[in-house]
Amino acid sequence: MTVQVMTSADVTKKIFNKEKLFILDVRNQSEYNDWKIEGENFTHLNVPYFELLDGVDGILDKLPSNQDILVVCAKEGSSAMVADMLSEAGLDISYLKGGMKAWSEHLEPVKVGDLKDGGQMYQFVRIGKGCLSYMVVSDGEAALIDATRMTDVFINFADSIGAKITHVLDTHLHADHISGGRQIAEKTGATYWLPPKDATEVTFAYEPLEDENDVTIGHTTINIHAFYSPGHTIGSTSFVVGEQFLLSGDILFINSIGRPDLAGKAEDWVSDLRETLYSRYKALSDELIVLPAHFMTIDELNDNGTVGKKLKTLFAQNHGLNIADEDEFRKMVTENLPPQPNAYQEIRQTNMGKMNPEEEKQREMEIGPNRCAVS
Amino acid sequence: MDAVKVLDAKGLACPMPIVKTKKAMDELESGQILEIHTTDKGALNDLPAWAKSSGHEVVKQEEENEVIKFWIKKA
Repeated sequence: MTVQVMTSADVTKKIFNKEKLFILDVRNQSEYNDWKIEGENFTHLNVPYFELLDGVDGILDKLPSNQDILVVCAKEGSSAMVADMLSEAGLDISYLKGGMKAWSEHLEPVKVGDLKDGGQMYQFVRIGKGCLSYMVVSDGEAALIDATRMTDVFINFADSIGAKITHVLDTHLHADHISGGRQIAEKTGATYWLPPKDATEVTFAYEPLEDENDVTIGHTTINIHAFYSPGHTIGSTSFVVGEQFLLSGDILFINSIGRPDLAGKAEDWVSDLRETLYSRYKALSDELIVLPAHFMTIDELNDNGTVGKKLKTLFAQNHGLNIADEDEFRKMVTENLPPQPNAYQEIRQTNMGKMNPEEEKQREMEIGPNRCAVS
Repeated sequence: MDAVKVLDAKGLACPMPIVKTKKAMDELESGQILEIHTTDKGALNDLPAWAKSSGHEVVKQEEENEVIKFWIKKA
């Protein structure tokens, strides 16, 4: 039987199409428990590769005969070895190209919709890590929001649709992943915008993104209207694009809200977070489609693979927007928080330009799920 | 630490450090110690987990200039 190679893009399609897949994850148990590939119709078996060195006979009866089986490990080597052994035992088998390392870096561009004045909104779904970046395109110009460090993907995508990246913006100083914003701005000659209150310690030049700033792209003037919305970080800024979309950064997600503690100021920022969610957002048109900077679980994906919902739907369904009692709200966002993201302090330092780790180190820093929400 | 054998697995990628460790271990007597040098970061978690699942004991572990060293006592 032959061994096939499956790419991260292939697996992403299976998630979007809600296909079945059996994943044999051969990483050690702690890594598997921390973070794995999830799909609505995916089933899993975790057996570390080092327990299979004497042979795979012990797990054959645990593998299905009627669906695709994908072997996954950290980087590829061990899954290829296990796939070979299973293939010799007579199974049709695939392994994941590049392992979880590649999975963590895969970006799937999906179109969210058209802008009223002409132009498009694209979302880049970092499916393995739950990060969402955005590209607003109008008349051959593009603005990029919350770009991740896989800078080539954005630059090549802009090229492929004939757009020039002229503005790069970050909603806030990220703590869970390394921003590609500054690098992309350098490579393309675009202007890099950051909220100044998050940028007090940065070591590079940037344009200050302040309340009521408008960034305009294309001749049809798609306005990216910035408004100050502190809470996750002191500088957190949201954008209303073309009066249709609300880019909410790490303030508001589909099923949860942002956590205020990653810069060590949970107690101080609780009231900012509440003010932003319960007053500033409430004052906006509830027809806006909320496009957050993260998703937490795979069930937040729409049928076309995008992540986004109308603001009025979130006001009706998102628990974090429906806590009348202020004390209860304070408790929810300051107590019982999930573990902090891997290496979040180092990631913040890197995004400030104070650290310049090599690519391999950057990968390592970002390993694991994002944990920017309160629950 | 009195290792009876030193296994140089530097530069090898996963799964080879553990494949070679297992092979070397198979040739030792119970109670003897194998010293392993590896540069694969994955080994940091995997070698101790493997040792545990096979009943061996990690008696010492250190990291020095990107080289991770383990001393494992055979069960």
